[in-house]
Amino acid sequence: MKKPRPFYEQRRERRGFLRAGLAAAAASSGLAGCDALSSNETAVAVLRSAERLTNTVHRALGRRAMAQEFPPADIAPTFRPNGTTMPVGDIYAAMLASGFADWRLTVDGLVANPLELSLAQLQAMPSRTQITRHDCVEGWSCIGQWKGVRLSHVLNLAQLKPGAKYVVFHCLDRMEEDNEESLYYGSVDLDDAFHEQTLLAWELNGRPLPVENGAPLRARIERQLGYKQPKYLRRVQVVAGFGDIGAGKGGYWEDQGYNWYAGI
Amino acid sequence: MGELIYRHRLPVRIMHWVNVVCLVILLMSGLQIFNAHPALYWSEDSREGTKVLEITQKQADGQSRGVTRIGPFEFDTDGVLGNSRGADGMEPRAFPAWITIPGPQWLAMGRLWHFFFAWLLVANGVAYVLWTLFSGHLRRDLLPTRGEWHGIGRSLRDHLLLRHPRGEEARRYNVLQNIAYLTIVFGVLPLIVLGGWAMSPMMDSFVPGWVDWLGGRQAARTLHFGAAMLLVAFLAVHLFEVVITGLVNNLRSMITGYWRQPE
Repeated sequence: MKKPRPFYEQRRERRGFLRAGLAAAAASSGLAGCDALSSNETAVAVLRSAERLTNTVHRALGRRAMAQEFPPADIAPTFRPNGTTMPVGDIYAAMLASGFADWRLTVDGLVANPLELSLAQLQAMPSRTQITRHDCVEGWSCIGQWKGVRLSHVLNLAQLKPGAKYVVFHCLDRMEEDNEESLYYGSVDLDDAFHEQTLLAWELNGRPLPVENGAPLRARIERQLGYKQPKYLRRVQVVAGFGDIGAGKGGYWEDQGYNWYAGI
Repeated sequence: MGELIYRHRLPVRIMHWVNVVCLVILLMSGLQIFNAHPALYWSEDSREGTKVLEITQKQADGQSRGVTRIGPFEFDTDGVLGNSRGADGMEPRAFPAWITIPGPQWLAMGRLWHFFFAWLLVANGVAYVLWTLFSGHLRRDLLPTRGEWHGIGRSLRDHLLLRHPRGEEARRYNVLQNIAYLTIVFGVLPLIVLGGWAMSPMMDSFVPGWVDWLGGRQAARTLHFGAAMLLVAFLAVHLFEVVITGLVNNLRSMITGYWRQPE
């Protein structure tokens, strides 16, 4: 005959069921609910509405506000690279081997005077040096010193045409190794493009920009997160809209679901 | 049966439940965001030497184990922190899938949830503060009287012994409740919002150098996380008190407003 189990054991078992039930209920109602909403177009559109609100409020608070600059003592010993650290492909390898002698920056789109600029031509322009904090979307920060020409100077040389609203940065590095179409790109509005601290930088911490940080030229958009500051620049395109570029969201990471406005 | 009294007015009830939704989603999506760089520092940028907390993996006997380091101390937190079960078996991640929104590692989506509900929390918080000021809720219910301050020792002892006020005395918030609510509303929540703003490079630019008041951007990130943990501690005590002083009665009072006074 089967001996009845002690009461406390039954209770423990029941508690086990209860706990499993609660966990399942929590998982299916709460978490799984949020997971389901995360792949629901309408729900995501509602969540995304906060981005425009943030952008609008930030612009109302100050379009020209300056990012904090730091004394040389605050510069980090090594500037942490992220994303691409060595672009794949023969084109970049050849440029690197020749010291970027044949590299050119194209400035085109909605401009009256398209430009093809060599590194030497850029370096002959008036420059700005700034020690700023780079904030990655992942959460870390790193302080470094950048030297470059203000993007506003280059855009003024190119002369924007009426209707220009955004500046799109096109890069040399592909994000998927075997996909030549997966070149990095990003975009900012004209407030950020013409900002005093927005640079096309060729120097980091007093030395030529290292390959892992974007040689020969990268953008510095100091009041936005790191993914808005493209490296390995090849082309600056002035546009009225970016819906027809890439997947239409204004940048490589934006096409993957990240916010276009990355001031937070 | 005690007397049924109207305890919580409609605006407070609505704002309470909006808060519940916001805080749960902000906490869980915040842990998702934390997972993208599961370390905290006490400085302007992320320097190894100023690291105060890290959730990571450690190789031991050819196996990867989840560990949590707080200052110089290391704890084996395998199974929960550092290494836990996801959709595809064990995976290296700081906080486990069952406590993050969304469940899988998905930083972009975590940020969407976080920033939407951050706005809602701030709107709700501003509405609440205005309400407490103009309805008299702050003066009448939240600020302790001189007599209540003097009774703080007794109130503390009663709480620890799980003795709760009855009758007429139970109608008012007790002094420990007052202190807890005031600290959360005017201390912890503003700190968490400030810490959040300090992490925004654009917000940092509006008043040059203000982030240094918090110890720098990475210190602000640590404060933001620490304040969130204080909120979790408050919620644990709050829920405990809700349950032991009469779950159904308390829940009804926060839904319908009516609360039965214990005899």
